[in-house]
Amino acid sequence: MTRETILNTFLFLLLPATALAAFALDEPFIITLATKAAILALAGVGLNIALGLGGLVSFGHAAFFGLGGYAMGILAAHAQSYTPIMESPFLIEGTKSMPVIWLVALAVSALAALLIGALSLRTSGVYFIMVTLAFGQMLFYFAISWPAYGGEDGLSIYVRNGFPGLNTLDPLTFFGIAFVILAAVLFFAGRLARAPFGLALSAARQNAERVEAVGLAPFKLRLVAFVISGAVTGLAGALFADLNRFVSPTMFSWQTSGEIMIFVILGGVGRLFGPVAGAALFILLEHVLGGLSEFWHIYLGLLLLLVVLFARGGMIGLIAGREVAHD
Amino acid sequence: MSFILLIEQVLNGVQSGVMLFLMAAGLTLIFGVMGLINLAHGSLYMVGAFAAAAVAAATGSFLLALVAALAAAALAGCLIEMTVIRRLYDRDHLDQVLATFALILIFSEGTRFLFGSFPLFLDIPAALSGPVMLPGGIQYPLYRLVIIGVGLAIAAGLFLLIARTRIGIQIRAGEADREMIAALGIDIAKLYTLIFALGAALAGLAGALVGAIQSVQVGMGEPVLILAFVVIVIGGIGSIKGALIGALLVGLTDTLGSVLLPLFFANFMEASAATSVGSSLASMSIYILMAGVLLFKPTGLFGEA
Repeated sequence: MTRETILNTFLFLLLPATALAAFALDEPFIITLATKAAILALAGVGLNIALGLGGLVSFGHAAFFGLGGYAMGILAAHAQSYTPIMESPFLIEGTKSMPVIWLVALAVSALAALLIGALSLRTSGVYFIMVTLAFGQMLFYFAISWPAYGGEDGLSIYVRNGFPGLNTLDPLTFFGIAFVILAAVLFFAGRLARAPFGLALSAARQNAERVEAVGLAPFKLRLVAFVISGAVTGLAGALFADLNRFVSPTMFSWQTSGEIMIFVILGGVGRLFGPVAGAALFILLEHVLGGLSEFWHIYLGLLLLLVVLFARGGMIGLIAGREVAHD
Repeated sequence: MSFILLIEQVLNGVQSGVMLFLMAAGLTLIFGVMGLINLAHGSLYMVGAFAAAAVAAATGSFLLALVAALAAAALAGCLIEMTVIRRLYDRDHLDQVLATFALILIFSEGTRFLFGSFPLFLDIPAALSGPVMLPGGIQYPLYRLVIIGVGLAIAAGLFLLIARTRIGIQIRAGEADREMIAALGIDIAKLYTLIFALGAALAGLAGALVGAIQSVQVGMGEPVLILAFVVIVIGGIGSIKGALIGALLVGLTDTLGSVLLPLFFANFMEASAATSVGSSLASMSIYILMAGVLLFKPTGLFGEA
């Protein structure tokens, strides 16, 4: 086993170990923190497919995170007020069932990623960063100015949505749901990176002309990667909204995009478990530094600056060295 | 919708466009010459506004406040260029985005630490307050007219600086081939610091000028930064002319959209629905404009591929 495999195993077990220990010590708040870390890690894993594998520096992933959140918010809000979302041409009703909400969140964010990606991927480099940022902002302002679903105030859901056969109100059960999804997506992302598609995508990142020369279309590869990436982040958004039982335009804000990117970078770009390490570290910092000082973002900024300037492989790079296939 | 209201809104659009230009010009210069994407440009805008508000509160002089804004932003620009930004020129865009994002966190929280979370206010000087009568019986705030004038004067000055002076030659040469001008004996590190400080000073000035119309608060820079990004994507990165035209387009679209679209939808919808649909669409209008430009010219109106 390489050091990275050992580290990955450790990271993978860290979250459930924390949650179980917190359960044993009767500290539900810590379980919630672990759940938050798992969900944010999921958002990071989504971004990492575009960023690490495809080399697409998307600064607008909050768009998908927010869409997932609002998919949950809108469906659940209609279900709790017993009003249909739409009556003509056919009836669509709200729902409080998690699996349905997840599917809707995946579909909506995938569709948005298809549209945003098809436009943004016409550009590259710094244009791409700015254009994805701008599309994220577009949805942010739309969410603020659209009064039907709370506008600036956001939407509250009174009771967490249900999963058939499980009591989702129990913190440990909800952690379990989030963690199983994270594990499944990590497995999928790991397979994706080694599948022909992932290899072609990596090749397109390293040298687009050669990929074109062997008869593959980099644009299509990138678009598919962007859609998968957006859909995963959207799913994380739906779970995040369910964790808080609240959605607001903040989920669309560009700071959210920046934070999702921070998870990926703190952990290590292109490493499968980078976002898990990054999100766990972020939550830990938020909890520890946030308790010490109201201005903990200064320390976060300094840490991020140091990681970017001096530790380019992120945390996993620091511990496991640079021998990974991705660099 | 009267004609006078329309003219007023056009002037408002030009005013916000001109201020956007001050931001976008610095961003596009920095990108054009150094190849750096600087998210912390909005923080320099905020630094300018806070310096102006603090000095105006202490001395009561608006002119001194503007000088302070220029100086503080240029100084902050020099400082971050020499400590952080300089290390990023050879890095990829991802590293640049993250490091400058980190700078935003540090600047924003640092400012909150120094000045608190409550907005500060910067008053329009007495000599410039009040409305002025324009030909055609239009009353318009004098201060906003002055801002338009100042902005256009700076735009003209910038064009002259780049087209006619020695520094301008060096800047254009730096855009074209940085190794070559280094080989010709230009101190490239100093040139970069100078350009960065110039961009920072323009952002700081914009912050102070706009700060007198709006409130001065932490986080005021980022919405403007993102608009400035839209501007340079539309105009083409690295082009000052593109930045000016893009800024005016964005300013006018944003201002006119939020007035005209609700009125437009009121023609065939009930009033409250028209307001909500119109204002939602208006908030998206500049991004739709950007998407439209990208469809036809992915490198912007005046950008080179």
